[in-house]
Amino acid sequence: MGFYFAQLLTGLANASSLFLIASGLSIIFGVTRIVNFAHGSFYMVGAYIAYTLVSLWSGSIFGFWVSVLLAAMVVGMIGLVIELTILRRIYHAPELFQLVATFGVVLIFQDATLAIWGAEDLLGPRAPGLNSAVRIMGEPIPEYDLALIAIGPVVLLAIWLLFHKTRWGVLVRAATQDREMVGALGVNQAWLFSAAFVLGSFLAGLGGALQIPREAVSLQMDLSIIGEAFVVVVIGGMGSVSGAFVAAVLISVLNAFAILIFPQISIVLPFVIMAIVLIFRPHGLFGKPGSEKGAPEEPDQPLALMDQKSAMVLMAALLVLAISPVFTADFTTVLMVDVMVATLFAVSLHFMMGVGGMVSFGHAAYFGVGAYGAAMAVKFLGFGMIPAMIFGPVCAVLAALFFGWFCVRLSGVYLAMLTLAAAQILWGVTFQWQEFTGGDDGILGVWPAKWASADKVYFYIAFVFCIGGIWALRRAAFSPFGYILRGIRDSQTRAEAIGIDTRFHQWMGFVLAGGFAGLAGVVFAFSKGSVFPDTLGIALSIDGLIMVLLGGIHALAGPILGAGAFVLIEDWVTRLDYWRFIFGAIILIVVLLAPDGIAGGIQRLLRGLKGGRA
Amino acid sequence: MTNVLEVRNLSKSFGGVQAVKDVHFDLKEGEFLALIGPNGAGKTTCFNMLNGYLKPNAGSVSLRGQALIGHPPRKIWRMGVGRTFQITATFLSMTVVENVQMALISHHRRVYDLFSRATRLYVDEAMALLELVSMQDQAGRACSELAYGDLKRLELAIALAHEPALLLMDEPTAGMAPSERLALMALTAEIVAKGGVSVVFTEHDMDVVFAHAHRILVLNRGELIAEGTGSEIRTNPLVQEVYLGGGSVFEAESAHA
Repeated sequence: MGFYFAQLLTGLANASSLFLIASGLSIIFGVTRIVNFAHGSFYMVGAYIAYTLVSLWSGSIFGFWVSVLLAAMVVGMIGLVIELTILRRIYHAPELFQLVATFGVVLIFQDATLAIWGAEDLLGPRAPGLNSAVRIMGEPIPEYDLALIAIGPVVLLAIWLLFHKTRWGVLVRAATQDREMVGALGVNQAWLFSAAFVLGSFLAGLGGALQIPREAVSLQMDLSIIGEAFVVVVIGGMGSVSGAFVAAVLISVLNAFAILIFPQISIVLPFVIMAIVLIFRPHGLFGKPGSEKGAPEEPDQPLALMDQKSAMVLMAALLVLAISPVFTADFTTVLMVDVMVATLFAVSLHFMMGVGGMVSFGHAAYFGVGAYGAAMAVKFLGFGMIPAMIFGPVCAVLAALFFGWFCVRLSGVYLAMLTLAAAQILWGVTFQWQEFTGGDDGILGVWPAKWASADKVYFYIAFVFCIGGIWALRRAAFSPFGYILRGIRDSQTRAEAIGIDTRFHQWMGFVLAGGFAGLAGVVFAFSKGSVFPDTLGIALSIDGLIMVLLGGIHALAGPILGAGAFVLIEDWVTRLDYWRFIFGAIILIVVLLAPDGIAGGIQRLLRGLKGGRA
Repeated sequence: MTNVLEVRNLSKSFGGVQAVKDVHFDLKEGEFLALIGPNGAGKTTCFNMLNGYLKPNAGSVSLRGQALIGHPPRKIWRMGVGRTFQITATFLSMTVVENVQMALISHHRRVYDLFSRATRLYVDEAMALLELVSMQDQAGRACSELAYGDLKRLELAIALAHEPALLLMDEPTAGMAPSERLALMALTAEIVAKGGVSVVFTEHDMDVVFAHAHRILVLNRGELIAEGTGSEIRTNPLVQEVYLGGGSVFEAESAHA
């Protein structure tokens, strides 16, 4: 009995840390509608700064708590600087575009932290005055855990008072419910956004700083927490702080007990819980419909077929690509295969996001299922290359049929989060199911057939599959199916009123996008000769998002430009020291120069040139 | 003349509020019928039951003998009911003619076609529909650039794409300038006069109602309190009592007429 009680207390202590970071994320989303990937970075930086400060004041109780608060305030200020210099300039960019910027910030912070504090994990001192354990029902409980258990509700109460008893808090709640209305009432939105961002960053920094006595400070802290923090925010309901608290307790306590029964479950449990909650409550436990939507967007321009000049340029580019293996070195040929794979992946994601209006944070799931499907077909079923390359996308289609059925019941950020949950669950299964998937070691020996094993021959196989896939998706975008899908995105009411089964149509769109992502995965698997769980991972899903958003979500050419730029720049910078910093900086520059993406930027440039000539 | 629509004992309550109670009416072929009543009278609730967005607690609706109740909106559309919205709903990222083409594509059951070019399908039919509402000159414009009155006319063209037997128009002239209102309803009346479609519409503007409706139904607190032609409704003391609280507008209008 005592043991279980101790487990419960551990769960509650974890819940407090999780709540701090998630509440900040929820406030930022609620007010600004920014999906802030940099929130994990704020948490990490908070921990590092607190580590330095606590080490300076070692041993004093007062010093410890002052350090923690100071670290949180510094992070709050960092948040302010980021809001003022970057985010403020791109609030009017298409929805979710800000996410790209925050991802750039993540990369920059990773290398900045590395440069300042070094690569080694840092073990902070115990909290003075709370450094021993007390026995409760016979079990030793760290005193610091008890302090954390108290801090969670105290912070919740403080936020509640702030939101209900101050004018500012009322405005924040109003903005969470209806941002336009608050603007119409003459509230200075810029100031409100900055303040919300500072408060959110402060809470993330506080969460990080409070972790010092509990765990080593490391460079992995940012991405290890962000997934779970999103889950908590979504389960609680976007923008609901008390929802975040309930969700944090729910997840942490369930996790504390679940690992006793089935230790492997901890990496997927939060996502499973999120999936279940979203299926029954599409806006989270305390969320309201409408709290998911951002500012109304400018409608897209009608689609137009390429004019003759662009078509000629495209044909010329394709021709150059097709004959490139003849005059380039092998490593360039391999790089071109990577570009084609990434482009097909990005185009398939764009079909879902841009054409279908369904944002996915977990599109890599279908890429990975395709890759694993092919690899396992080779390994267990003895398939040859071509049959395996057909088998992979079929697996991806089946996975998309299953997960898509749930996802299309939701919309907006909630839909995105459910796709993320689906991807994480698939990733967890792949990672844990050692005997079947090879776990972390992956599946090796997925080589092309003998006749196709030369890099230059495989290039042409990849060319046929990828360019064929991209062409097919483009064709689909112009087909009645694609047009109706766009129509549903524009107005579900109208689509329903002209006899469309909107949910089924979106489901099929999801499946089509998943199938082509699977095709990209298959080409990828045979080009690398192996598959690993990271082909289904969050990182790849985010890469896909960056490609689509950076390229320009409103143009069919966007994902092609985005993927090309992404892979080529990444290939170039990863050879440099501190490449993350450089890559992040490049992303930020593109974001600030072209808030409508690369495609939009080029269009404006061309128009400018024409105007100049005239 | 045969009945296109037969509504029998239609009732709907929300919690304790009886929004619509025992509504009962017929719509004849080629009829242009107005459903009027003060705010909260139950007009929109009635409409939403006819087009499948709400399920009534009791009653039946039949369109040319087919029962409508229990089918989802898209099924009801397929059975031959078109509709326009109080707040226009169109596909803003498409051109005017593409909007009409979408309705035609759906009508011809081509929505899962992955290989044709959507913009090349049913162009002539779409242009004919646009001509019907005098929008053919704006066919290539982006729908997001249209003036509000033009959006309403576009909606009318979309709603007629599948040659419906019944057209439901929920406050078709809301948000329009007075001159535009009469023009839109005159256009609708013309289309009705050509035959093939019968219309039920709700409306607040009495000028529009009296100018065009063949017959008027008056709802109050969920119940039908009167029905008849314009002049019958004008002089109906019960309507004057509940609809305008005994005001004198109707009498003034009668005097004009």
